[in-house]
Amino acid sequence: MAKSVIDVPPKGGFSFDLCRRNEMLSEKGVKPPSFRKTGTTIVGLVFQDGVILGADTRATEGPIVCDKNCEKIHYMAPNIYCCGAGTAADTEAVTDMVSSQLQLHRYATGRESRVITALTLLKSHLFSYQGYVSAALVLGGVDFTGPHLHTIYPHGSTDTLPFATMGSGSLAAMAIFESKYREGLTRDEGIKLVSEAICSGIFNDLGSGSNVDVCVITKGCTEYLRNHKLPNPRTYVSSRGYSFTKGQTEVLSTKITPLKKNKVEVVEGDAMEE
Amino acid sequence: MSIFEYNGSALVAMVGKNCFAIASDRRLGVQLQTIATDFQRIHKIHDKLYIGLSGLATDVQTLYQRLVFRHKLYQLREERDMKPETFASVVSAILYEKRFGPYLCQPVIAGLGDDDKPFICTMDSIGAKELAKDFVVAGTAAESLYGACESMYKPDMESDELFETVSQALLASVDRDCLSGWGGHVFVVTPTEVIEKTLKGRMD
Repeated sequence: MAKSVIDVPPKGGFSFDLCRRNEMLSEKGVKPPSFRKTGTTIVGLVFQDGVILGADTRATEGPIVCDKNCEKIHYMAPNIYCCGAGTAADTEAVTDMVSSQLQLHRYATGRESRVITALTLLKSHLFSYQGYVSAALVLGGVDFTGPHLHTIYPHGSTDTLPFATMGSGSLAAMAIFESKYREGLTRDEGIKLVSEAICSGIFNDLGSGSNVDVCVITKGCTEYLRNHKLPNPRTYVSSRGYSFTKGQTEVLSTKITPLKKNKVEVVEGDAMEE
Repeated sequence: MSIFEYNGSALVAMVGKNCFAIASDRRLGVQLQTIATDFQRIHKIHDKLYIGLSGLATDVQTLYQRLVFRHKLYQLREERDMKPETFASVVSAILYEKRFGPYLCQPVIAGLGDDDKPFICTMDSIGAKELAKDFVVAGTAAESLYGACESMYKPDMESDELFETVSQALLASVDRDCLSGWGGHVFVVTPTEVIEKTLKGRMD
């Protein structure tokens, strides 16, 4: 009997079966595709009550902006959030995966997740792929040991810092932090400083742009301020807009299929007898 | 030459008022030679969910067959259709699984979710989702499509106006791209009907 290859849902992890074919294509002179990157400015700082994370919202595909308002601050746990820079698919996949692992761990232990747990899970995953999973992360959260802020590099090394920046706009943002950061900032001062650092990245780095997202994590409370600042509104919109009259486009054929409404039939079964 | 320019493609999906439109070109080429002018890039997953795939044509067909298989399995197990958001996650997972040897495709997913709310999304070839509220584009004509859609899009268009807008944006953009064109294929889906039209375009 011939062995049939069934596409069963896989057990997880990466599958390398198209690698040989793709290598053959690149030997024939075909360039591999470029992946969506988040050029990015991501920052984090520790203030008196917790941690504040900030990110811009531009996603690029080569030189083109493919998403003007993407989310770069990913949820890990109710008290832990992670900003991601690098290849967009890698940051999303790795933060989703560790978020699920943290949830399972919370069910197993019955306790709030610790930031150091997320850190160890992320760094061991990234190290095991030797930097090929290109995700540079700023991880921040508050657990019972206090507020924590860490940076994680694609090869798996980590730093623990009071303020951190990553991404192509990190130098612009770090310039703001180095001149204005001090210990014991209040919540409003912290948000203002983070917004300023992200704006510095948005305006001075070509890989970052659009809006500012901020996430404030304190003991027992997390506030995700999506689009906290919109310093780049669209100003060139024509008020009339384009309007096309019906029938302006030349059509060769039309096929209209009516859709039936799905009626859900609830069949009442007999009650179970003892 | 990039692998995405081997076959050529143009795909766009746009959101309207309780409806969506998804459109593609119809050319299949081998570099600069055109070998078909009726290639189907947009496929139906279920009545209210369509997926368009751009990129290498062989991967387009393989990926479509895998996705239809997964959806049919889901229908058998759950006895219902997949929601568009769920389907987008499935596609993203299947693409990311091949992170280091990817399918050379970029999908555009469009569907009507709960309460007939339109949902559109695109991904790069390794599954990085981009959810947009207005329009998404993919293919060799993507850069022109970004420009055309950015200027022609208006929020809350009815299905007639949406059809005209999406068709004009597609035709204008593929006219500026050698590798896509030869007509257009548009699906406009509302809660009550699906309107499928083929467009007359420049055949060069």
